Amino acid sequence: MQKDIQERDSNSATAVGRYSNTKATLALAKASFRSIMRSPSAVVFTLAFPLIFILVFGFLGGGGTHIDVGVTPGSDINNPVMGMLAKTGMIRLIKDKTKADFDKLLEKGNVDAMIDVHRKVNSAAYSVNVVYTSASRDKGGILKSVLNNVFYDKTLKPTVAEIKESTITGREYKTIDFILPGQLGFSLLSTGVFGTAFVFLSLRQTLVIKRFFATPVKRSSIVIGEGIARIGFALLGALFIILIGHFFFGFTLVNGAITVINMLILATLGIIVFMGFGFIISGIAKSESMVPPISNIVTLPQFLLSGTFFSIEAFPSWLQPISRALPLTYLNDAMRKVAFEGSGLWDVKFQIMILLLWGIGIYAVAIKVFKWE
Amino acid sequence: METKKAIISVTDLVKKYDDFVAVQGLSFEVYEHEIFGLLGPNGAGKTTTLEIIETLREKTSGEIIVDGFSVDKQPHNIKQIIGVQLQAAGYYPNLNLIELIELFAGLYGANIKPMEMLEKVNLQDKAKAKYKALSGGQKQRFSIATTLINQPKIIFLDEPTTGLDPQARRNLWDLIIEIRNAGTTVVITTHYMDEAEQLCDRVAFVERGQIIALDTPDNLIDKLVSSGFERKKEVKKANLEDVFINLTGQEWRE
Repeated sequence: MQKDIQERDSNSATAVGRYSNTKATLALAKASFRSIMRSPSAVVFTLAFPLIFILVFGFLGGGGTHIDVGVTPGSDINNPVMGMLAKTGMIRLIKDKTKADFDKLLEKGNVDAMIDVHRKVNSAAYSVNVVYTSASRDKGGILKSVLNNVFYDKTLKPTVAEIKESTITGREYKTIDFILPGQLGFSLLSTGVFGTAFVFLSLRQTLVIKRFFATPVKRSSIVIGEGIARIGFALLGALFIILIGHFFFGFTLVNGAITVINMLILATLGIIVFMGFGFIISGIAKSESMVPPISNIVTLPQFLLSGTFFSIEAFPSWLQPISRALPLTYLNDAMRKVAFEGSGLWDVKFQIMILLLWGIGIYAVAIKVFKWE
Repeated sequence: METKKAIISVTDLVKKYDDFVAVQGLSFEVYEHEIFGLLGPNGAGKTTTLEIIETLREKTSGEIIVDGFSVDKQPHNIKQIIGVQLQAAGYYPNLNLIELIELFAGLYGANIKPMEMLEKVNLQDKAKAKYKALSGGQKQRFSIATTLINQPKIIFLDEPTTGLDPQARRNLWDLIIEIRNAGTTVVITTHYMDEAEQLCDRVAFVERGQIIALDTPDNLIDKLVSSGFERKKEVKKANLEDVFINLTGQEWRE
C-alpha cells in the first residue's frame, strides 16, 4: 500500500512520502514524556512518596550502615576473609580489645558481631566462626548476608572451607538497604498502574485516541510510544531514588555502576509488568473516578504484603503464601539481592522468571479487556 | 457542474447498530474543491456517515471511494490524504499548541514548521498556551490547524461553529473559505442554515439516515419558493444577527 501511494503521487501536490511508524511512535513517546513530566500526580507518586519514606526510614535507620565486628583475640588477621570484609567499606573491624571487653560490647550491641578466623588443621582452607548478638539483630543479618556472599565469591571459595555461625538472627534489616529497594519497587508499581490506567482512560474518554485513529498511526505505535515514555520516566525516577539513597543515606551498591544498571534492568521489567495492570484497569474503569479504587485494589496489598516495609518473613505463616504470590515481592527480592548482596541478574533468575510469568498472565488479560473507544 | 470531478463517492451506505439503523442507503458525491454541507437534525446520521468516510467506523454495507481509495481496502492511504476535525475531540493533556502540532506532524509523518501551521489559523500568539486555556473559537481554529498538517486533499469538519459567538463564527467561515480557495475540498456538518447558505457550494439534507435533498443552497431555496412557500412574516432587510454584529463590531475577540 505504501507503494501505491508513491506511484500515484505524480499528480498529487501533497506527496506524504514514505510513512514512518518509528517516527510516529517516537513523536508519541516525546509528547507523552513531556506530559508526564508536567503532571503533578506522576511526579508525586514516582518521586515524592518514595523519597519521603526513604527520608523517614533513612533517618530512623541512622543513615549509613556500618557494622562493627569485633575480631576475637587470637584470630588469624591476615587472611582473605578479613580482607574481603574490610573491602566492603561497610564493616569496621575492631581489634586490640580483650575478650572480656568484647563480651560486654557485644551484650550491649555496641559491637554487632564477633568474628574468628582460623586455618583448619592439616588444610589450606580457613574456618570462619561468627557470633552474632540479639542486641543487634538487623546488623547481624546484614553481616550474615555479606559473609554468605564472601563465602560464595569465586576467588575465595577454595580457601574458605566453612562458616560456622552461632546465634541465628532474623533477616530483618531496618536500614536504607532494606527500605530503598522496597520503595523503588512501590514507586514502579504505582507509576505503572496509576499512570497507565489514567492516561489511557482519559485519552479514550476525551477522544484523543479517536483523533489519533484519523491519522495513519498504528495502534501498536500508540501503545509502544506511551510505554517508552512511561518506562523512561520510571527509570529516571528510579535512578534519582538510587542516587539520593546512595549519596545521602549510604545505600549500598556492592558493584557500583554495574549494580545500578542491573537494578535499572530489573526496574524496566517491573514497570512493564505493572503497566499491564494499568492497561487492564483503563479497560474496566468506566470513569476516571473509578481508577483510584480499582488501582488501590492492585497496589495496596502489594504495598503492605510484598516486603516493602517489613520482611515478609515477619508475617504470620498463613499470610506468607499470599505475599509469595505477588509480583512486587519478587521485584523487591531481586532488587535487594542485586543491590545489597551484589548478585548478578542470573542469580535472581527465579525472581525474574516469576515476574515474566506475571507479565504473560497480565498481558493476556489486558489484550482481552483493553478498550480503544 | 457536470464537469466537476468527484473526490468522494458514497454508494448505498448502510450502518446498523444492534437494534437501530443509523444510516440506510446513503448515496452522494463530493466534488473536488467544493465546500459540501451535510445538514440535518441531531441523530440523523451525519456524524456516523462522516466517521465511516474518515475510516473511523466500520460500515455495514455499501461502497465508499475517497480519491480513488476504497475505505475497505486502503484505509491507510485515505488517512494520509484527509484531515479530520472531530466533534468535541480533546488533545493530549499538558502540552502546548506547538508541541501538539509537533505530535501530529510525527503521527502524519509530515515535515512542517509548527509555527507556520499556527500562523495559518492566526494562533501564533498562543503558541505556548495549552489547548484547555483557549477560547471556543481558538479551540476550533486549532482543531482546523491540526487537520491541515498533512496537506490533505479533503478536510472534514464536524459542527465546527457550534457554541461560538457570531464574530468567531464569521471568522471561522473566512478561514474555511481560505482553505477551500487554497485547493482543499471541505466537508462540513452544521445546524446553522445561514452558515450553510453562506459557506456551502452544495448541501445534502439527511433525515433518518437517508438523503432527502441534495443541491446548491440557491436551487433548494428556489425550488421551495416556486412550490408556493411563503414566510409567515415578511423578511426585513436585516436580521437580529446583523444588529448584533453592527452593535458589537466585526472585530473578533479572543
